[in-house]
Amino acid sequence: MIQFDRFQLANGLRVIVHPDHTTPNAVLNVMYDVGARDEDPERTGFAHLFEHLMFGGSVNIPEYDEPLQRAGGENNAYTTNDLTNYYIQLPAVNLETAFWLESDRMLSLAFSEKSLDVQRKVVCEEFKEHYINKPYGDVWHKMRTLAFKSHPYRWMTIGKDLKHIEEATLNDVKAFFKKHYCPANAVLVVAGPVKTEDVRVMAEKWFGDIPSGDKYDRRLPQEPAQTETRRLVVEADVPLDALYMCWHMPARMEPGYQAVDMLTDILGSGASSRLHQSLVKEQKLFSNVECYHFGSTDRGLLTIEGKLVTGVTLEAAESAVQKEIDQLLTNGVTEDELQKAKNKTESMIAFEDMSVMNRATSLAHYELLGDADMMNTEFARYAAVTIKDVLVQAEQIFRMENLNVMYYRSKPEAV
Amino acid sequence: MSIDRKQAPSIVDAVDFDLLLPKVESFTLRNGVPVYAFNGGAEEVMSIEWVFWSGNSYETANLEAATANFLLRNGTSNKTAFQINDFFEYHGAFLQRSCFNETATISLHGLSKHLDVLLPLVRELIVDSVMPADELSTYVQNMKQRLSVSLKKCDFVAGRLIDAYLFGEDHPYGKYTKAPDFDCLSREQLLSFYDRYYRNGEFMLFVAGKLPANFREALDQYFGDLPNGKVDRPVHAFQPAAQKKYRIENDPNGVQGAIRLARAFPSRTHPDFQPSMILNTVFGGFFGSRLMSNIREDKGYTYGIHSYLMNLMQSSGWMVSTEAGKDVCEATIQEVYKEMRILREELIDDEELSLVKNYLMGSLLGDLDGPFQIIGRWKNLILNGCTDEYFYNTIRTIKSVTPEQLRELAQQYLQEEDFYELVVV
Repeated sequence: MIQFDRFQLANGLRVIVHPDHTTPNAVLNVMYDVGARDEDPERTGFAHLFEHLMFGGSVNIPEYDEPLQRAGGENNAYTTNDLTNYYIQLPAVNLETAFWLESDRMLSLAFSEKSLDVQRKVVCEEFKEHYINKPYGDVWHKMRTLAFKSHPYRWMTIGKDLKHIEEATLNDVKAFFKKHYCPANAVLVVAGPVKTEDVRVMAEKWFGDIPSGDKYDRRLPQEPAQTETRRLVVEADVPLDALYMCWHMPARMEPGYQAVDMLTDILGSGASSRLHQSLVKEQKLFSNVECYHFGSTDRGLLTIEGKLVTGVTLEAAESAVQKEIDQLLTNGVTEDELQKAKNKTESMIAFEDMSVMNRATSLAHYELLGDADMMNTEFARYAAVTIKDVLVQAEQIFRMENLNVMYYRSKPEAV
Repeated sequence: MSIDRKQAPSIVDAVDFDLLLPKVESFTLRNGVPVYAFNGGAEEVMSIEWVFWSGNSYETANLEAATANFLLRNGTSNKTAFQINDFFEYHGAFLQRSCFNETATISLHGLSKHLDVLLPLVRELIVDSVMPADELSTYVQNMKQRLSVSLKKCDFVAGRLIDAYLFGEDHPYGKYTKAPDFDCLSREQLLSFYDRYYRNGEFMLFVAGKLPANFREALDQYFGDLPNGKVDRPVHAFQPAAQKKYRIENDPNGVQGAIRLARAFPSRTHPDFQPSMILNTVFGGFFGSRLMSNIREDKGYTYGIHSYLMNLMQSSGWMVSTEAGKDVCEATIQEVYKEMRILREELIDDEELSLVKNYLMGSLLGDLDGPFQIIGRWKNLILNGCTDEYFYNTIRTIKSVTPEQLRELAQQYLQEEDFYELVVV
């Protein structure tokens, strides 16, 4: 049971306090309700570029990192398709430094040309390092484009084109800040050896006078139901053929999400999962195969991917995967498999909750999804999943018209 | 109420903290196997690690140690790989194995309540692995495939080569895998390695988490009767390369180069090691370092650039590592040398040094959070033959080191001509 208190400032900032007196460290986590899905299709990669700019100095504090390091703290941030998260860990006695830094950059950034210019380059290098200069690095760029036609999940967080990053202007930066970075669109979590009353005083002091801003009204284009299998064949300079199969699946808050999570676990996570045992060990068609999903807030993708053993054709590999799916649809899953998935989930949650940082981030994420207390009730939703629930989801998801397949072929070596 | 936002709140300097490394309890099993345990934490979880002296240094052929370690989980005379994995996963436990230069480990993470059902199977892996031929051939095939993918990555290629330059290709720290090495592995050879270094091998245990009341008895019951034979520590000669500069083309279409600059450095017991850790932090050891500020935050040549002292038992190396745009690789290298020169010629000012000291102390405090972190730090001390005195000496060094000392270290160690220089595009 994770204990926490929750209150809201007059400007709309939601604040969660999670006292834990067993650690000397405090965590201050600010999660903004904005991700790559909220970007203009002509300016993708912007939420992430913006995250970099958040470290380029704020209106009253020219240097973000330096005072924090001086206070013995460390920080980082990440952007996903759904949200942007900033976190600080520091000795609890210096917690107010974190309030000072985070509140000033919520108030306003320095908006420097130099910072924008440098971070554009840094992000372009990040783009190259992870998505261009790496075998199979463009897989998700291509798969997202194939699987989504309307919803902004059709591009990756890094953006769909280096050009979008290169062309970002300071005006774009200012408009984005105004729209998304304000108390009305953020959740603040403070965790560690703290008292709620002290946090309330500090939150009022540092965040209380920041203008509320407009609550962002998210109206994303919905993805129309897919009506037929989509296929893409790619040839690239990679050593091995790879197969990617994706199906649309329920959103994070839809009923059935937990059953799907267990379905992916049973099929393809761990050395005793079905796909690994059958396709890697017994039939030796794949050198690795996994089944997973992204935990997306909106309707996302359930994925099966693997690299093929040299000599096996992509067609044979796909039909072997399909056979495993058919077998699951015909015979369902066993009581033992379901119990195993539940036990793994129970254990995973316990390990995640060991760190005060993870607890702070989870609380913020659940609050953004609707209620921080879901952190305490989530496992019960897993425990309640039945064999039938898993089968119902499998039937709903594994339909041919819901399938996207990519053959990622190794280009024959030039002679 | 109006506040002055330009004014930073007052802070307690982390450098004034009295940091304590919580004590671990230690005892031996009846066969003399040492056990180090830290009992604590709020969650009902535990971690147990079996550390064997069975790393790469002990093998007679490339990959022997890593493959024997990998196959520990792939079959005993009573159970198939599937049954073993299924058993651990059914109990929500994670059984991993890892092979390093001197040691190789089996580690178990799981819910504390399952200790008694999980330990007998770990014992079975240590005394009765059979390394089935079929498992070996699947492993060899899949690892060769994986290697072919890794060799397309410039950072992977650069990481292997720089170690080979520093320590020599025949030294465990410098040798690397080539596809034909896999084909030479025989099951008999692996079983013989396993028999000597696991079944009859020398090991110790590191345990942490919320431990069940009977954990000592349980460990003694399942592991107290193993032979725990003594294993002589092997000695290998370092053979650093004579040539210092390398430019390698790995991928004609590559858009980035992997840059590695490295020099040999004495091991952690050398008196220069700890103060050099602080110099390294200033140089390239954290986000606010000189390399990051100049090469990422000012020039935008890279997504990240780091320097570090390598964590090795018999030696160390001082390494600078980054991936940079293909057209700015040479400029990046020149900037690294420029930062070395500044550290040799100019004193670090008090403000920067006090920031680094506070950062290092805060980061030590952050790293000691939780039972797994605490046992991890002890493990590193113990395996390197150190006590908590080493930890306290680190803290004294952070608190007392002077700009003059750091400049002397830079003059001794940060000399351009001592560094190997490699770019892989």
